[in-house]
Amino acid sequence: MSDVLVIAEFQGDRFPKTTLVAVNAGIELARKRGGNCLAVVAGEEVGAPASELAKYGVAKVIALENPALKNYLADAWADAIAGLVKKLGVEHVLATATAMGKDLMPRIAARLEAPMASEIVAIGDDNTLIRPMYAGNALATIEMDGPVKVVTVRATAFDAAQPAGNGAPVEKIPAEIDSAALKMQFVVFNQTKSDRPQLTEARIVVSGGRGLRSGENFKTVLEPLVDELGAAMGASRAAVDAGFVPNDLQVGQTGKVVAPELYVAVGISGAIQHLAGMKDSKTIVAINKDPDAPIFSVADYGLVADLFKAVPEMVDEVKKLKHS
Amino acid sequence: MKILVPVKRVPDPATTIRVLPDGSGIATDNVKWVINPFDEIAIEEALRIKEKQGSGEIVMCSIGQASWQEQLRTGLAMGADRAILVKSDQPLDTLAIARILVKVASDEKPELVILGKQAIDDDSNQVGQMMAEMLRWPQATFASKIEFADGKCTVTREVDGGLETIAFPLPAVITTDLRLNEPRYASLPGIMKARKKELKEIAAESLGIDLAPRLKLKRLTAPPKREAGRKVESAAELVGLLHSEAKVI
Repeated sequence: MSDVLVIAEFQGDRFPKTTLVAVNAGIELARKRGGNCLAVVAGEEVGAPASELAKYGVAKVIALENPALKNYLADAWADAIAGLVKKLGVEHVLATATAMGKDLMPRIAARLEAPMASEIVAIGDDNTLIRPMYAGNALATIEMDGPVKVVTVRATAFDAAQPAGNGAPVEKIPAEIDSAALKMQFVVFNQTKSDRPQLTEARIVVSGGRGLRSGENFKTVLEPLVDELGAAMGASRAAVDAGFVPNDLQVGQTGKVVAPELYVAVGISGAIQHLAGMKDSKTIVAINKDPDAPIFSVADYGLVADLFKAVPEMVDEVKKLKHS
Repeated sequence: MKILVPVKRVPDPATTIRVLPDGSGIATDNVKWVINPFDEIAIEEALRIKEKQGSGEIVMCSIGQASWQEQLRTGLAMGADRAILVKSDQPLDTLAIARILVKVASDEKPELVILGKQAIDDDSNQVGQMMAEMLRWPQATFASKIEFADGKCTVTREVDGGLETIAFPLPAVITTDLRLNEPRYASLPGIMKARKKELKEIAAESLGIDLAPRLKLKRLTAPPKREAGRKVESAAELVGLLHSEAKVI
């Protein structure tokens, strides 16, 4: 049985785009390996989100319930989902490489003594998968063997699943968890509040780097451009390290990987590790006063200029465009 | 507290990566080898914990070839107490690496295992979590702050939407993220002392673990190159092109 089980993350009352990407990748993997694609939604009471997910083209959705799954905690979730995988006898377990996917999936792999391929960007027809290595400077074609294989997918590498069909059956299964063995405790989640689109879902991303010189400048100089374009805001590692913006804005090899239609890099030099996080964007713009900045090597349009003049000018030009 | 710090040797992050024509790997003639930056952060954090608590032992462990001694000596020079080099010339997948480290942890019995969240060559981000599950210990990945109080460890983690804090008893596995600390440089006295510190070598095959890879690399290829772009002269020209040519706004 070459079935695929997709682990579907949901936040509040919706499935983020990253979950629908996992569903789409799972459906493709199941098709290529000759099996069915199932999905699991886990939590305390998840009948409603499970029914919602059932509209996206999977063969079946499992609502895996247990009070111990109320918040996400690695030990409880690994126990519950590994148990489900054994019960269902699926061959592939798949999730998107979000913070949760990265934290959870290797634990599931270890419990099942299964190999794991992180952040695949393509599924081969011949039992292979493709994943980036060396900060995206090489693509590795890999093959796994064994009764179970674990996979995480890069969110930018696959489209989101679209609603399809009348809705698959939903089965409620109580999660079997060894509660006495659980030792982790959720304390608090300090969410960065923003009305802007999410970095991983936005059509346009405007990122700022060390060139902006301060968090204040991010607000007064960059944010007007971000908002005029209806974009999400990102940042280079240097800007986050310097405390200009919170950590969840970091775009890069070890931060978020994004591939929007338009990526505007402002005051970012373009270190290899930053490029790893955005070089698959459809159109890349760079604004930097250093003509030799490496960012220009990936930019479709490069403007060598003082960002403190160029960015406000760009804001005016976009306003003019909207009113013309 | 005894702290085990697994350490990987990787190409310096600034290296220009060249894929070999036969796809078997990358060219290593121009490579400068360093401690994986995230593992360096782990060594630094272990040193700070030991300094704060006034006592403890920091044991590094690498799985690789004899030449990796150089990186272990660097860690000893930073201040770690001793090092273990598990020697292997075969390719090892993350499951095998985790199994070896779990065997070392079972022998050493540390209260804490702390390592980088990912190696910057492989970018797998799996070993710490696999170790935690194999040991049935709590895990805290992408740590940006670690505190100990009342027999519990509290870790703030960098996650997608912000910062999450979790707590758990020891022993546990923690993986480090960029902003946890800034590693120190090895001092000259540190380098001198490092020569006398214990660096034990063990053969991976002697551990009685199944090391056969279940994930195999078939080939490495270079990613498609982006076409060169062009320079524009003004914000006005830029916005015009984004609208009429790129059609993104």
